[in-house]
Amino acid sequence: MEAEANSGSPEDSWAFIQRPGEGCRTVPLAGHVGFDSLPDQLVNQSISQGFCFNILCVGETGLGKSTLMDTLFNTKFEGEPATHTQPGVQLQSNTYDLQESNVGLKLTIVSTVGFGDQINKEDSYRPIVEFIDAQFEAYLQEELKIRRLLHNYHDSRIHACLYFIAPTGHSLKSLDLVTMKKLDSKVNVIPIIAKSDAISKSELTKFKIKITSELVSNGVQIYQFPMDDEAVAEVNGTMNAHLPFAVIGSTEELKIGNKMVKVRQYPWGTVQVENEAHCDFVKLREMLIRVNMEDLREQTHSRHYELYRRCKLEEMGFKDTDPDSKPFSLQETYEAKRNEFLGELQKKEEEMRQMFVQRVKEKEAELKEAEKELHEKFDRLKKLHQDEKKKLEDKKKSLDDEVNAFKQRKTAAELLQSQGSQAGGSQTLKRDKEKKNFYCFTVNSAVCCMLHETQGPAFFNLVFSSCTKSKGEDCHCRRVRVPYCLKSETNQFPLPPKCVRIHTHTHTHTHTTQVFTVSLCPGKTPSPDLRGILNGSVLC
Amino acid sequence: MDPLRQSPSRSSSRASSPRTLPCEMLGYVGIEAVLDQLKIKAMKMGFEFNIMVVGQSGLGKSTMVNTLFKSKMWKSTMPGLGVPTPQTLQLQSVTHVIEESGVKLKLTVTDTPGFGDQINNDKCWDPILGYINEQYEHYLQEEILITRQRHIPDTRVHCCVYFVPPTGHWLRPLDIEFLQRLCRTVNVVPVIARADSLTIEEREAFRHRIQENLKTHGIEVYPQKCFDEDINDKILNSKIRERIPFAVVGADREHIVNGRCVLGRKTKWGIIEVENMAHCEFPLLRDLLIRSHLQDLKDITHNVHYENYRIFRLNESHVLPRGPGWVNLAPAPASVPAPAGPQANPGPPKVGGWAKDNSDEEC
Repeated sequence: MEAEANSGSPEDSWAFIQRPGEGCRTVPLAGHVGFDSLPDQLVNQSISQGFCFNILCVGETGLGKSTLMDTLFNTKFEGEPATHTQPGVQLQSNTYDLQESNVGLKLTIVSTVGFGDQINKEDSYRPIVEFIDAQFEAYLQEELKIRRLLHNYHDSRIHACLYFIAPTGHSLKSLDLVTMKKLDSKVNVIPIIAKSDAISKSELTKFKIKITSELVSNGVQIYQFPMDDEAVAEVNGTMNAHLPFAVIGSTEELKIGNKMVKVRQYPWGTVQVENEAHCDFVKLREMLIRVNMEDLREQTHSRHYELYRRCKLEEMGFKDTDPDSKPFSLQETYEAKRNEFLGELQKKEEEMRQMFVQRVKEKEAELKEAEKELHEKFDRLKKLHQDEKKKLEDKKKSLDDEVNAFKQRKTAAELLQSQGSQAGGSQTLKRDKEKKNFYCFTVNSAVCCMLHETQGPAFFNLVFSSCTKSKGEDCHCRRVRVPYCLKSETNQFPLPPKCVRIHTHTHTHTHTTQVFTVSLCPGKTPSPDLRGILNGSVLC
Repeated sequence: MDPLRQSPSRSSSRASSPRTLPCEMLGYVGIEAVLDQLKIKAMKMGFEFNIMVVGQSGLGKSTMVNTLFKSKMWKSTMPGLGVPTPQTLQLQSVTHVIEESGVKLKLTVTDTPGFGDQINNDKCWDPILGYINEQYEHYLQEEILITRQRHIPDTRVHCCVYFVPPTGHWLRPLDIEFLQRLCRTVNVVPVIARADSLTIEEREAFRHRIQENLKTHGIEVYPQKCFDEDINDKILNSKIRERIPFAVVGADREHIVNGRCVLGRKTKWGIIEVENMAHCEFPLLRDLLIRSHLQDLKDITHNVHYENYRIFRLNESHVLPRGPGWVNLAPAPASVPAPAGPQANPGPPKVGGWAKDNSDEEC
């Protein structure tokens, strides 16, 4: 069939390949060899690998794209209807695993969301074209890789694009024309008239004629079913005349006759989806799936993908000028790309390092600041503390002075008093209180019992009944904890060296107690002549 | 070399496949019609198969090819009286188109007269390796063109049948060297040639010894263990592996035996029927090569050996001159990645695309 390329320079002496002539003889077989099982072997291998098929549905919102997919594949794909308020066209892709007898099909359905909903539709086609290109790009990248896994690669290239035309009955919209023109060189475009139960039969024929003439006049190349294989040429030929198909999609079923058919029910009648007289759904299914699926895939690979690849590679600067340059330029590109990549990597690394150093510096500065602040605070607090201490010391000093002054006054007063008591003045207790004398006193037994019962140091308040001053009024009262020691019946309390006034709770016991107000001076123990056993009376 | 065994289970998920949701179909859709479409297309396009037979002269290579394809591919060479032994190894190719039940097969058979015939057979595998790599190179060149042909003509050698002389002892050093080098580049099927000179017991013993030899030297012949995909394949291929190398007899003359016309060799002590399993294992070879594993041979050549070659080729950092001189994959030059040693792994790393179990043999 074809003459093989040369096999190396002819001066290679050790390898000498002879090929007889240009044509290959057909040799008759003398018996059954057995390679007629080859197609079966091929098919088995394909089955084990699985098939994949990708459909792109382009059409305005609400034209029944999802319903048609459900009807085509006799199943319910998940999804919810889109709203009309999308800001731009987006493509939503879902992949499903279908299994029929022993054939597994990975079906990907890509749907445009928000197509034709915007006010300004100039760029509506762009996301679609970009999506298709992206799939080609992914495949090309995989193919150009050095280590590639093409046989295991999930082919995501779009094999068929169903373009949904709104059933206006007049002609194609300009959006449709523009979009189809952009798509026809990238993907197999199959236009279909959606929701065709809105058009009557006569209108339909006129509509179809109008559509085809518009497509032809605008140079849009839609997918023609292949006619080179005799087995399907006839069928395909007739189908080609029926393009674009007018389809209806429905998943509701109704029992007609004795089987369940998919229908759409109206008050004036029932439209059967699979009835050829009602719509072209059956034709579409035949063509798309049962007859031409493989051809669609092959066209995508050998025509659209090759075109894309050629454009892309030429863009990258390759030429086919002479066969010698091919591997080298690819080589160089690989080299260049690798170097570029390494360079970028290094740059990024540098950047990161810089950033890291900077961050560290910042953090350090921050921490230093904080440290300084802490030091300041500490100094401040220390100063505060020192001030406080100083103040307290001053206060203490002043108090000491006061105490000294008081003592002096006291001694003077005592002197005066001793002189005055000789004079026999009856001093009221009030005045005694004001003289601030020492008292030694006993507490009666009732109170002792109470004291006994308390645990721990008693909180002892002694109030002398002759005190007419109400609590808190000008008597420097302080409740004091009087540590008591029960030595004998007559208890002598070591007097705390403080000036206190002590109140007792007389209401808790029935015995009367002499209640005194005692003022005690700090720092002095009672002199022996002042001490005495008294039942609460003022001693001196 | 880093082991590149990426082993996704081939049947369910692919390397880059998206998340898929299984769907129940409520009725017949007709997806399985795609199989018929495939078949029609394949039959229209025709198939190609390239086979190479390697062995010393006189082992019956040409006869074997004729017997396999039941046609006169080659004129059976007889040791011509005036024909001198070729000084160098030559490779001869013939291409025929054969058709059976509407299936067209373009068959290319490459013969290697002069292999192992010289006194000094050092590096006699180089021309063969060169030829094989050159076919890969052609395909690669075609593949990386910008404007590619729709169907790249496939001249890569899909299968190499190696004829082992029936000494009855072990594999000779020449055999071992050759098989080691070749099994990394192409699918090799060793056969015991002229097996009618061995009795059945001798045959079995010879076969066992050859199998042991192959295992010791790490030679993976077709069907390679590391490409078994699922349990069915494993079972089937293990059966085949037990019988490798097949003991075959080739004949292209027909004789009458018991009233039937069979292909066979007539000797004074009987007629050896080629198609009789009790006599020789030719049917096994034929079934392996043609009836059951032909597509598999082509797939492995395309997906593994060709990819390995491509990686090797595209990874070179320096520009290599075109031509057959550089494709020496023998473990000597520093530019070629190869270690030495009988157990080692000569040649580029294998991309084991589907290997599920990492067998202990290097694959």
